[in-house]
Amino acid sequence: MEQTANIVVKPVDKSKVRKIWKIAIILGIVTSIEFLLAFTMPRGVLLYIIFVGLTLVKAFYIVSEFMHLKYEVKSLIWSILLPTILAIWLIVALLAEGDAVLNILH
Amino acid sequence: MEVTTSIEKDTKANLWDGGVSPFKASYGKVMMWFFLLSDAFTFSGLLITYGFLRFSFPAYNGSVSAFVPSYEYWPIPEKIFDAVPLLHGIHLPLLFVGIMTFVLILSSVTMVLAVEAGQRMDKNDVTKWMLWTILGGAIFLGCQAWEWSHFISGTEAGMMLADGTIFHGANLQFNEYGPPLFASLFFFITGFHGTHVLSGVVINVIIFYNVVVGTYEKRGHYEMIEKVGLYWHFVDLVWVFVFTFFYLI
Repeated sequence: MEQTANIVVKPVDKSKVRKIWKIAIILGIVTSIEFLLAFTMPRGVLLYIIFVGLTLVKAFYIVSEFMHLKYEVKSLIWSILLPTILAIWLIVALLAEGDAVLNILH
Repeated sequence: MEVTTSIEKDTKANLWDGGVSPFKASYGKVMMWFFLLSDAFTFSGLLITYGFLRFSFPAYNGSVSAFVPSYEYWPIPEKIFDAVPLLHGIHLPLLFVGIMTFVLILSSVTMVLAVEAGQRMDKNDVTKWMLWTILGGAIFLGCQAWEWSHFISGTEAGMMLADGTIFHGANLQFNEYGPPLFASLFFFITGFHGTHVLSGVVINVIIFYNVVVGTYEKRGHYEMIEKVGLYWHFVDLVWVFVFTFFYLI
């Protein structure tokens, strides 16, 4: 308890802070590209694939750098990433199901 | 002989003596990660439901500029979300949600800076960056409140109901923007995300208070900032997906 009096405040790690802002700028630029493409490209499957790709780029930076997952041990990384395969399966299954519903109703 | 055996015994016993964390991360952090994984499934469920219902409605096939909302097909989001506060009547598609996205990303950045300051035991910097993070969250919530009230009160044109009256905006039964399910999903998905932002801001305020009164300084580390940081980044992450799947596509 008595050590509270002599807490050592370390100086700002400039390279670390610079990296944080670099990622912030990347996230901003990717969002701007999405925004730009929404109004310059014709709507269609190609555009949607680009949107999903850019979203995954942003998700990668947020999870790996901001949430620091990249620097955790491998077993933790995979324990978090592998279960999301279930969600990917659900996407495939329900989109196909939605298409089937459309064909029956119309 | 006897010496080596006792050493072997010791190393084996140490693993079970406590103090060794699985994943080399603290209990709180690992549990936060698994909570976020389960929360990610909840949001996947909501967004995939959106995909399912959208696929089961006919798509709009005409040109984007000639788009008129109808119960017959799913709306194009950029034609629905085109309003910005104080700029009434000007068609500015997706600009406001774009601003909201930037606000949330920036508040995520200030949260990382708070974590960085915490690792340096710099109470003043943690205080400063936590305050910016709380401010960003509050601005986002304010924007969302405006977005909701605009969506609910609707446009001047509105929509003609079967009995000839004009209905403006949207609720869970009628919706001038397209199929009623579109409004239900809007309320549910952005509402569920907004609730997460709200609880995030509340948690951030509590942590901010603890920083200011010196709880973590006494504890000797600022790991709590990292844990709430994980939650806050997750909220940002979800918004990235909501932005793409609800507003862009």
